[in-house]
Amino acid sequence: MTLHELTAEATEIRKALLTMIYHAKAGHIGGALSSADLITALYFSVLNIDPSNPTWEERDYFVLSKGHSVEPYLVALARRGFFPIEELSTFYRFGSRLIGHPNNQVPGVEMNTGALGHGLSIAVGMAIGLKKSKRKNRVFALMGDGELAEGSIWEAAMAASHYRLDNLIAIIDRNHLQISGSTEDVMTLEPLKDRWESFGWQVREIDGNDMQQIVQTLKSAPFAPDRPSLIIAHTIKGKGVSAMENIALWHHGVPDKTLYETAMNTFDQLQKELNNE
Amino acid sequence: MSELRSCREAYTETLRELATENPDIIVLSSDARGSCTLNGYVDALPEQYVEIGIAEQNLIGVSAGLAAVGKKPYVCAPACFLTARSLEQIKIDVAYSHQNVKILGVSGGISYGALGASHHTLHDIAALRAIPDIMVIIPCDAVQTQAVLRAVSSMEGAAYIRVGRDKIPAVYADRPEVEPFTLGKATVLREGRDVTLAACGELVHYALEACNLLAERGIEARLLDMASLKPFDADAIIKAAKETRAIVTIEEHSINGGLGATVSQIVCAHHPTRVRTLALPDEFLVTGTSLELFAHYGLDATGIAASTADLLTFLE
Repeated sequence: MTLHELTAEATEIRKALLTMIYHAKAGHIGGALSSADLITALYFSVLNIDPSNPTWEERDYFVLSKGHSVEPYLVALARRGFFPIEELSTFYRFGSRLIGHPNNQVPGVEMNTGALGHGLSIAVGMAIGLKKSKRKNRVFALMGDGELAEGSIWEAAMAASHYRLDNLIAIIDRNHLQISGSTEDVMTLEPLKDRWESFGWQVREIDGNDMQQIVQTLKSAPFAPDRPSLIIAHTIKGKGVSAMENIALWHHGVPDKTLYETAMNTFDQLQKELNNE
Repeated sequence: MSELRSCREAYTETLRELATENPDIIVLSSDARGSCTLNGYVDALPEQYVEIGIAEQNLIGVSAGLAAVGKKPYVCAPACFLTARSLEQIKIDVAYSHQNVKILGVSGGISYGALGASHHTLHDIAALRAIPDIMVIIPCDAVQTQAVLRAVSSMEGAAYIRVGRDKIPAVYADRPEVEPFTLGKATVLREGRDVTLAACGELVHYALEACNLLAERGIEARLLDMASLKPFDADAIIKAAKETRAIVTIEEHSINGGLGATVSQIVCAHHPTRVRTLALPDEFLVTGTSLELFAHYGLDATGIAASTADLLTFLE
């Protein structure tokens, strides 16, 4: 896909996740919107995957450590062909396999996540296992910034550099907000880049809502031989719906009819502009 | 009686044999190679070992990731840390995510008696039986430990196996006619019609001794080895409830939520009869060697026999 097409795809994913959350009357909308561009880039440009064979031996592995941002993940999997798009309407419904966090009963989902601070350890284990088997698959993990307060993340960060996991690429959705407010008010994360570098990671900082920067950076990984790569992706929580942007209250929240329709119109307008470019 | 042997040594001996045959087996530990008697394994199969350092949450998370890419991870670490510090990883990364991870908790129960409650593991049956899709097994001797490992190694799915630290008598070495372990099945170690003793782990050999003490007093006790805590052999318990006058459960675990609670639940639902639970009390224990603690809390052969005889007297 071209950058232009990827940007259009990200907009379609935002529309679909907004619709899912609106109808389900539940979801973690802020982080879903902040991470939508990252997930779009991964699933439509970067990951080596085969939707017709989700357990393909040579696939790249993806772990969504910030499991509550499940909505763009599910939409991307469906739109990529892992399961029917119509199934997205069952999100949160009784008995549906599309629940509020990733669940590996869904084709394409590797691991069940949802409790924060688990994903990087899992990704480290995958990367160690792949290296031991001399397989070339890569492992990607997407973390939230709020979850970096979990000690287990730093246990995994230490192990990743100890084992020289250059097949591991981690991304932080650095939207600077968590449920109670600013990450820096809740628990200081900065100097974040220095912290990761001191743990032995090669770090790049990008605008995580800029498709060109995302794709270019992801495709240039690993950033250094024998070292794990980290992308601190600065994003805007609630990205794309101006009434939600940078507001901690929209960590989770359901738009009312007016806001939903306004947001959908905005996205439609954006698609029109993209089509005219 | 055959020579004393620790379950952890027996486990690592068999694990080394399995790993030599299967290069996908990866053993992980958290700076506990010595406690887990893994030094020989690490020397022999360094490429099939992953050291995680003192980081038990990462230990389990990494093992789940290894399983997700097709490896067969065997985690070995002290039971007290594994089943508390990394309980959430066991629940989500292993059991809920259906990963083929085998977990060995060493020095469980009160093996580390004198180190205090930080190192006691008296909650693991309660905690892990409440998590779906993970087997919970507490073998009673070296022979059974090796049989357990061979059984679970041939099965997909998560398993937790708890063993103690000390060298202990072999219950099964002198019983070649008895299959030492079948998943989900109790093993009848002694037949009797007066009372049933249901035990697991290292206390099985004390229970066996207790049966002999009771026999001297004219009481014929049935002894069930309940190593397979999950899946659990409810039928053997219901049969015991029907055929004997009472059931005494014996375990190196808190009195809350362990073998006794499991047996009581089954008995109440299917064939109410008297159940007496011999376990560690709901308090932080006095400290000492595990043998001292077993004696203090009435879990040695004399204590088990006395409690059982007392119960039968009460029922008369």
